[in-house]
Amino acid sequence: MSEPIVWLTIFVLSVFVGIEVIAKVSSTLHTPLMSGANAIHGIILLGAVIVTGSTDNAVATAVGLVAIVLAAVNMVGGFVVTDRMLVMFTRRKPMKRDEVGR
Amino acid sequence: MITGTPIWVQLVYLACAVSFILALKGLSGPKTARVGNLIGAGAAGVAVLVPFFYLDLDHVVLILLAVAVGSAAGFLGAQRVQMTQMPQMVALFNGVGGGAAALVALLELADFADLVAGQGTADLVPTFDVVATVFTIVVGSVSFSGSIVTFAKLQELMTSRPVLFPGLPLVFGGALLVTLVLAVVVVNEPSTLFGVLLGLIGLVIGALLVLPVGGADVPIVISLLNAFTGLTVAAGGYVLGNVVLLVAGTLVGASGTFLTLLMAGAMGRSVLNILFGAFKGGSTLGAGEASDRPVRSASPEDVAILLGYADRVIVVPGYGLAVAQAQHTLRELVEVLGARGTQVDYAIHPVAGRMPGHMNVLLAEAQVPYEQLIEMDDINGDFKQTDVVLVVGANDVVNPAARTTPSAPIYGMPILNADEAQQVVFMKRSMRPGFAGIENELLFDPRTTMLFGDAKDSLGKLLAAVKTL
Repeated sequence: MSEPIVWLTIFVLSVFVGIEVIAKVSSTLHTPLMSGANAIHGIILLGAVIVTGSTDNAVATAVGLVAIVLAAVNMVGGFVVTDRMLVMFTRRKPMKRDEVGR
Repeated sequence: MITGTPIWVQLVYLACAVSFILALKGLSGPKTARVGNLIGAGAAGVAVLVPFFYLDLDHVVLILLAVAVGSAAGFLGAQRVQMTQMPQMVALFNGVGGGAAALVALLELADFADLVAGQGTADLVPTFDVVATVFTIVVGSVSFSGSIVTFAKLQELMTSRPVLFPGLPLVFGGALLVTLVLAVVVVNEPSTLFGVLLGLIGLVIGALLVLPVGGADVPIVISLLNAFTGLTVAAGGYVLGNVVLLVAGTLVGASGTFLTLLMAGAMGRSVLNILFGAFKGGSTLGAGEASDRPVRSASPEDVAILLGYADRVIVVPGYGLAVAQAQHTLRELVEVLGARGTQVDYAIHPVAGRMPGHMNVLLAEAQVPYEQLIEMDDINGDFKQTDVVLVVGANDVVNPAARTTPSAPIYGMPILNADEAQQVVFMKRSMRPGFAGIENELLFDPRTTMLFGDAKDSLGKLLAAVKTL
């Protein structure tokens, strides 16, 4: 297979997987799911790091650093806020009573 | 592009991509959601570390510093935000992600432009790479400015009602046309300057796209912009030849689009109608002002008697409850009523709060037992046999206009049938309309009693009064 076809294949399969894995989500979880997916696209941080690390132009470096800060806010903040929401869902189990104290 | 990357790196990336699939799968079930989120966080952390080990990166210190600054800001923001303000926090995080993707693409485009200038020919740059780059710049910018406007609406830095001005459709169409022309130019000959212009127009389009959307529909737009950002990350992954970005971005793009459709369905709206409904005329504009028609209001003691001697009570909690931080007082009231032998349940509208599922999060925070939270479809049949419906800080989700008034912006949205109960008690601060900005006929119904005041204050008095019965 030529390279563009490989990428297209990965893309199309990912579309189907993306829909399939969340197809049965209950409306209760819409907000955390949206928030978690939001955190996952913070992985653009990886792209920002690679691009910034491979330029020697000062302006490009500065722009890249801004992109890194923004992407890190997205990724770290997204996962932390999602976890805060989900703690509240798990805490109602009587077994986990000790988690309540925060 | 894959060639040249060490095998171990490709294998780690594959593992990360699979982890993101497992993360989304986990997030869609209540028992596995937290683990799913942690898997996603772990995979993202590992993926970001990888380039430091196999690439000879420049500016490593600066990069690490930037990562630290961003992470600290994100962490603190996420830790400090009130659960009631979470929707706008998600919007903000999404916006900065879109902005980051646009900036990364801009740098890629600058590289292409340098390459073309150096070689004197555009042959070395694959056309589709430039197309993907242009896509990322535009859509990333749209996502950034759209999310910022969304944030401003939810944070009430600006009006939550649709913002329209004459000629908006023309300006919007013009901006799209200019984008298209510029995109064609850039694809033919990569240019950094035109790339920056594309980004700026993208910012304008994003703002124009979200401004006309009414407050109640904003969550749907957040979800849609979230999907947009996912797709830009996927396109960025293609250009950089990075599998993790491609898979993660595509997963978010696809699942986000699907989730948007699910949410719109729960509100009885189509996504196109939400985005462009306001363009067709003033139909999504509401009165937006308090009416001076007469209503029946009562004291907390009167309402206490009503509740105390009812057999069946349904509580309809809304965003106003959360804003007043009255969840705990409400739970106490429900417990006292339950001890008196009254059957009390909470009716949860799918979009109660500011986002689908938001109310569940807020009540879970107040430790309301899960079994008492009943979803709309399961409880709507019960209202006919209900003595009193207590509506706390909600309005639009019980507005019968959704059934009866085709011109209302919420027309077609499934609502809680509170109007079928024997008595309805509204706890509100004032007669001001709800987030959708339209009047609620139920407030003027002869069976309706108003209890004006801050929800926490009123619930406290109500609780005290019920205890003395």
